[in-house]
Amino acid sequence: MGNFLSLFLALVIAAITYGTPLLFGTLGEILTEKSGNLNLGVEGIMFMGGALGLGGVFYYEKAAGAGANGMIAVGIGILCAFLAGALASLIFSFLTITLRANQNVTGLALSIFGTGVGQFIGEYMRVRENGYIAIGNTLKGFFQNSPFPAFLQKIPVVGGILFGNSVFFYLGLLLAAGMFFFLNRTQAGLYLRSVGESPATADAAGIAVERYKYLATVIGGGVSAVGGMVYIMTIAGCVWNHEGLSGVGWLAVALVIFCMWRPLSAIWGSVLFGALMILYLRLVLPIVPTQLYKILPYVVTVIVLIASSMRNNKEKQPPASLGLAYFREDR
Amino acid sequence: MNHEKKIPLIRLAKRDGMESWKVWCIRCGSILFALLLGALVMALAGANPVTAYGTMISGALGKKSAIRQTVKIAVPLLGCALAIAPCFKMRFWNIGAEGQITAGAIAASYFALFWANRLPSPVLLLVMGLAGALAGGLWALIPAFFKAKWNTNETLFTLMMNYIIIGVVRWLQGGPWEGRKGSQIIPQFDEAACLPRVLGVHCGWIIVLVLVVFMHIYMNHTKHGYEIAVIGDSVNTARYAGMNVGRVMMRTMFLSGAISGIVGFIVASGANNTLYDGVAGGVGFTSITVAWLSQLNAFAMVGISGLLAVLSKGAETLQTRMAVPTSISDIITGILLFCMLGCEFFINYKLIFRGAGRKEARHG
Amino acid sequence: MEHNVCAIELKGITKRFGEVVANDGIDLQLNRGEILSLLGENGSGKTTLMNMLSGIYFPDEGQIFVNGEPVSIRSPKDAFAHGIGMIHQHYKLVDVFTAAENIVLGLEEGGKLDIKAAEAKVRDICRRYGFDIDPGQKIYDMSVSQKQTVEIVKVLYRGADILILDEPTAVLTPQETDKLFEVLRAMKADGKAIVIITHKLHEVMALSDKVSVLRKGKYIGTVKTSETSPQALTDMMVGHAVTLNIDRPRYETPVGRLEVKGLTVLDGEGVKKLDGVSFTALGGEILGVAGIAGSGQKELLEAISGLCLVNQGEILYTPDGQPPANLVGKTPMQIRKAGVAMAFVPEDRLGMGLVGSMGMTGNMMLRSWKKGPGVFLNRKDPNELALRVWKELEVVTPGTDFPVRRMSGGNVQKVLVGREIASAPSVLMTAYAVRGLDINTSYTIYNLLTEQKMKGVAVIYVGEDLDVLLELCDRILVLCGGKVSGVVDARSATKEQIGLLMTRLGGKEGA
Repeated sequence: MGNFLSLFLALVIAAITYGTPLLFGTLGEILTEKSGNLNLGVEGIMFMGGALGLGGVFYYEKAAGAGANGMIAVGIGILCAFLAGALASLIFSFLTITLRANQNVTGLALSIFGTGVGQFIGEYMRVRENGYIAIGNTLKGFFQNSPFPAFLQKIPVVGGILFGNSVFFYLGLLLAAGMFFFLNRTQAGLYLRSVGESPATADAAGIAVERYKYLATVIGGGVSAVGGMVYIMTIAGCVWNHEGLSGVGWLAVALVIFCMWRPLSAIWGSVLFGALMILYLRLVLPIVPTQLYKILPYVVTVIVLIASSMRNNKEKQPPASLGLAYFREDR
Repeated sequence: MNHEKKIPLIRLAKRDGMESWKVWCIRCGSILFALLLGALVMALAGANPVTAYGTMISGALGKKSAIRQTVKIAVPLLGCALAIAPCFKMRFWNIGAEGQITAGAIAASYFALFWANRLPSPVLLLVMGLAGALAGGLWALIPAFFKAKWNTNETLFTLMMNYIIIGVVRWLQGGPWEGRKGSQIIPQFDEAACLPRVLGVHCGWIIVLVLVVFMHIYMNHTKHGYEIAVIGDSVNTARYAGMNVGRVMMRTMFLSGAISGIVGFIVASGANNTLYDGVAGGVGFTSITVAWLSQLNAFAMVGISGLLAVLSKGAETLQTRMAVPTSISDIITGILLFCMLGCEFFINYKLIFRGAGRKEARHG
Repeated sequence: MEHNVCAIELKGITKRFGEVVANDGIDLQLNRGEILSLLGENGSGKTTLMNMLSGIYFPDEGQIFVNGEPVSIRSPKDAFAHGIGMIHQHYKLVDVFTAAENIVLGLEEGGKLDIKAAEAKVRDICRRYGFDIDPGQKIYDMSVSQKQTVEIVKVLYRGADILILDEPTAVLTPQETDKLFEVLRAMKADGKAIVIITHKLHEVMALSDKVSVLRKGKYIGTVKTSETSPQALTDMMVGHAVTLNIDRPRYETPVGRLEVKGLTVLDGEGVKKLDGVSFTALGGEILGVAGIAGSGQKELLEAISGLCLVNQGEILYTPDGQPPANLVGKTPMQIRKAGVAMAFVPEDRLGMGLVGSMGMTGNMMLRSWKKGPGVFLNRKDPNELALRVWKELEVVTPGTDFPVRRMSGGNVQKVLVGREIASAPSVLMTAYAVRGLDINTSYTIYNLLTEQKMKGVAVIYVGEDLDVLLELCDRILVLCGGKVSGVVDARSATKEQIGLLMTRLGGKEGA
């Protein structure tokens, strides 16, 4: 029994590790989609965030040498990734909001562009730095280890789960809570939701529809990009690994649907998805081939999508104007 | 009273149509602009843009073998864009071509792997093609069914379907169809299951060119094409004209998936001679942009998929000759798509500047 | 004194849309504690005028004064700043929000959302004027009248003291209407200035202090309600009969073609749109259908052509030399094949019956696309038809493949009507066939319809212009609130008579 428990705890901790990049990716996309913009470029955005985040930290360490400060490094990683994602989403926003291009097609184009940019920068740095990009072990620790003191982590049973995760998981929790508060308890959050539901109504109420869409999409893109950086700096071990990162962005899009556009559900959703991503390593059942485990997140998402459309519950639907361009004179 | 102040500086209005030479000027201008931006990227990466573009063009079109490679890249792009066109015409956002290619490739591979010695090559290839079409079609039918029945969001549904089927290939690769144990690779197809070459390239290019003509006729000269166009314009009008919208939706998605499935067969049998999880390799997504930028015109797709293939093949040469990572092609492709997407705005809308706007209003 | 300053004053307001003059030099005055009815037929420019007060449109000429001060209203926000709030016909509410959330939408930027305080304030307003809504209820759970209440409270919440209501009673039951009027009276007593846009005379008489009448974009005059009568208002609204000289030959041997018995149609919300409608349409006559907008004309045509569900009643159709058949329950396709054609010109002109992105040929095909064997479209016949319509109806277009969306309104209508006539129907229904057309084009359409009549076709003509109905049709069926309020002989009836029937004054339920 004790063996089973420790196995389970190890699974949860690993699931949290794998879920954290998803959590950021998803939270960013929730914010974007709440404004009615369906940005399918998350995959590209996370690539850009991963590559630029890694680059930022690498060059910071190179410049600061032994005096590199872990906190500053984490901050630089987040900042670089965020700016990369924000910039990518700015392109998306300009094309879809101002120039009214089709959102699906623009998002896919951004996916192609972003994976290209991420991959290019990753490769380029590798070539320029003579084949190897590595972060020192001290700094690595700041990205991968728990920010809490050891005695807390050693609390039996719950210590590891509660206090043993990387700093990003806790930041993600704060972000999810903050976003919940923003969307449901502030005026700006209410207005943003109205823009995503019915831009014509928001417009008539004097809400600056385009400004909300821009802000939500750009900030959302930045948040998603941080997820890419988290993946590279934690799971990939601070080296550029495009194969590992590929697909994470799409998984984040799936998770948005799975958690029905609710930031708090994204927390447990991301841990669940994280568990599904690594379950094949931990829980080998002879009847289920390991590779089929990996499609579970998508299968579950499809089921949720179908169920929500069949039940037709008004509360559990995508933002009503998701994916549609708004042009006042079209009314 | 000062009226000038009340009119915003720039207003937008839908354009009533533009002469076609102007439209093409804008589109070509956007391509040139994109290439200029691309040059900037290359310069930033430390390559001389002029040399780099030269290298790309000679790398993609300079030699016969290069052209063959380029055509090989263009074939699935074009095929898939053709598949997507009727869905988009109907405003059904099928972004699941990636998965439909894969589904088709799986079905074709089944026959390639297990029936190769039981059937003569032409029959085998025919069976593979048909199986690919059927599998791709059925895979596409699933989201269409739910869309028709419960109005399930097709964009998200088709997107998810991609990763499910790709996961199935990974399973096949590491499990039932694995070649050497532990290799995670499906064995190469028997000679009989590989598409024959014509002019040095697998004959998939002929199939795709036939599909171009087929799709052009289907979209413009058949009753089905007409139904699709009417539904895309107005579902109400379609009902008024007695069309069964749900049925047309499912039928069109089946057709679209079937063509993607054939593309999957072509790629597996002609280009790779095996099946692996990257059989679609992003083609399903890139081809969506091809279809959209071609305004769903089958012949324009030939040009645009060719352009993207040249960029992609050229970038490979760029890497070997100038040590610029191949991902530069994705970047330039991305920039190209952005510019072409953006330029449609200037074709569809006109900007009315303050002052000019008042004149406009008076003339109506 | 305050009473000397008008809450709102309009001077010489003119608004044009392209060539069409929607409002032509309109003057209007409204005081506090007063209810003004803005009366006029459909298309007389009432809504356009009020949209200029609420910041949707900006006037081309003229000046608006609020409380005696000249103002310029550029956006709905400006309108609110001047205390003007408009309740549009189509409610602008977010379905998944509660009433209170909708009400505070866009009010101020930044800060915490204090929904409790907002709900308290909403309750306060409700108590003051006697509204009955729960601020915590979601919009999708509400009835139409509750949604309207939310819109009104929204305006009051913003501190509006000038309220404009665009046909507020169109969607309400009589009981709900009474309740609304009580509320409006309470607001008037509170010193608010209220404009209600309407074309229902009994409501005007029951509610307002004074009435301003518009006709075809022009200001006709303002009268005190206490000093006028429904008849006088009808005269102002419809104007004097104008002679149009439409050729109206008589068809010698009209035969029964379509017999509608007790037709009842409910809309999605369960509201009766048609209520026991019965009439006969004869082959060889034009049956006009008159009525205020939204009296059931659209539903009547849709029911006959099979596009909307019939809840009760029969539609018996007698083709040449065949026994009558009931059309209820048949598909639109079957009905059209049987020879019943409809040309409905909706407000946005496209949308139903036309494919905007296609040219004339493509649109001609909408009727014939299924014809012929095989998978290929027959383009030849539709193209010939398109060429014929192009030539005979003088459609102005660069070619038969030019998208109809880009044609001017009149030409679009010619395409629509031309196609329906070309299918050689035995029943031809048209609605608003001359909507927005110039005189000459209108005459072309009238002549086409008369031609059809003389071929023995039963023509049903739904129209807005009473002058035209009186001169074009043989008989006129008047609808009011989904019921038939009378059928008159167009050769002997007067405009006033129809006007009264339209507002039910001639019927049993006079105001």
